[in-house]
Amino acid sequence: MYTPHTQADRDAMLKVIGVKNLEDLFQGLPDKGKFPDLELPDGVSEMELLDELQYISSVNETPQELISFLGAGAYNHYIPAAVDNIMRRGEFLTAYTPYQPEIAQGTLQAIFEYQSLIAALTGMEVANASHYDGATAVAEAVNMAYHQFRGRKKKIVLSPSVNPHYRGTIHTYMQGIDLEIVGEDLDPEVSPDELIELIDEDTALVLVQYPDFFGRIYDLTKLGEAAHEKKALFSVHINPISLGMIKPPSVYDADIVTGEGQPLGIPMSFGGPYLGLFATKKQYVRKMAGRLAGETVDSKGQRGYVLTLNTREQHIRRENASSNICSNQGLIALASTIYLSLLGKSGLKELAELNYHKAHYAAEKMSTVPGFTVNPVQPFFNEFVVHCPLPATEINEMLLQHDIMGGYDLGVDYPGLKYELLVAVTELTSRSEIDHLVAVLEEEYHD
Amino acid sequence: MKTPAELKYTKNDEWIRVEGDIAIIGITDYAQDQLSDIVFVEIVALEGDSLDQGETCAVIESVKAAADVYLPIGGEIIAINESLMDSPELVNEDPFGNAWLIKVKMSDLSQLESLMDADTYQKLERDH
Repeated sequence: MYTPHTQADRDAMLKVIGVKNLEDLFQGLPDKGKFPDLELPDGVSEMELLDELQYISSVNETPQELISFLGAGAYNHYIPAAVDNIMRRGEFLTAYTPYQPEIAQGTLQAIFEYQSLIAALTGMEVANASHYDGATAVAEAVNMAYHQFRGRKKKIVLSPSVNPHYRGTIHTYMQGIDLEIVGEDLDPEVSPDELIELIDEDTALVLVQYPDFFGRIYDLTKLGEAAHEKKALFSVHINPISLGMIKPPSVYDADIVTGEGQPLGIPMSFGGPYLGLFATKKQYVRKMAGRLAGETVDSKGQRGYVLTLNTREQHIRRENASSNICSNQGLIALASTIYLSLLGKSGLKELAELNYHKAHYAAEKMSTVPGFTVNPVQPFFNEFVVHCPLPATEINEMLLQHDIMGGYDLGVDYPGLKYELLVAVTELTSRSEIDHLVAVLEEEYHD
Repeated sequence: MKTPAELKYTKNDEWIRVEGDIAIIGITDYAQDQLSDIVFVEIVALEGDSLDQGETCAVIESVKAAADVYLPIGGEIIAINESLMDSPELVNEDPFGNAWLIKVKMSDLSQLESLMDADTYQKLERDH
């Protein structure tokens, strides 16, 4: 048992600060919140507990049991068994922050390979050792742009079709900083080029998602140019699987690329732990948050790896660091490294194409159901918006009766889109599942 | 350790060369020695900025630390040394010459009185 303080320790500490007993430290709290009766049941045996937990978990509805068309930021992809097997090796599983290169070459090499893969995938010059999740990575992009201009530029142009949760995280992150965030109140259904007129000399960053939250793919050339014309940074949030087939953001001269790494061999598991991808141009590396592993040679000329550019980080630069994040998602980043290595370049391309074609098959089929429409001209990747004859929430309730998890109800985040359902399809969605969904919709909503 | 007699100094290890109402500013030989190999110089102030005495005007990063440079005297920034962006090692090689950081048109000459002469600077007590 771990006992941090003995009673004697506590007494000694209380004496130093001149407090009689522990309870006196909580004087400022209202009485009703102090020491509430939690009415917890009596303790149970391990066997009973396991039974109870298994019952609780059986109430969950998972994509293994139901047919799922849910995406909106977390995707049901196949994870090769080797990912878990390699990741669980003791050398990787228990390794902590690799401050000491002499005992952490394996971890450092894995991080270096991860960074190299993400840089190659996004077309960028440098990637960091990862962030906690996509939302953190996006918020760190805003933070970095703000610091790049030393607070002289006080405006962020943020697309309304960036995942609403990420936008929420940006607002939380930037609280207390004199920064104006514009663009979110634009019509989310219009093209990102509508953001151009919001960009001015005071703009530090223009931030979009690609494919966007609605799965749509837009050419970002004009938007990137407009950002750079006003000397703003241009940041693009990606879905890594989509880059197996669509142009990387570097083609649009993006200064920062962020992404949610969950699709790269990481289970959906209730929203985390996930993986924040972050890449940038070399010229901005000193303002980038997070760890960075570098390749070097030792005193004998042998290849080795070491954490590099540490002076950016808060343990050295203190309050002048652009971010207080120095940790990364070590194990999850490793999982994505194994996943990408297993797939290889052609495997990733094939996977992306499978997702694309299956999603397009689903979109085509769904739009044949009377009352349901899908925009026929807008390019998309593996996710698309279906306009429904009834509120999306009602469609989803009905589908659940048929053991189908419908799409994401866009009315949750966009009050004007109550009749819009965001449908995701991956390589795990079979043709017969798509046909079954369409059959159920036809059956329920025939005239 | 060099401490040219014609310059003025601060306790934060900046030097100031006064030419009329212009002050040329850099970091001292002692400062570059303490920082060791300098790998990056970021001049935060932009030409045309008006800064107060004591505001951060540059960040100097070495292999072991990152140090802020505080403006020893208030005024308008009239020049910054762009060559340090590409050649940060100049700060180690020639701290009092080619590695000047910025030039300031001083707004209040009386602030010069708060600076030290070479003799006083040399005799500063150091923590280490």
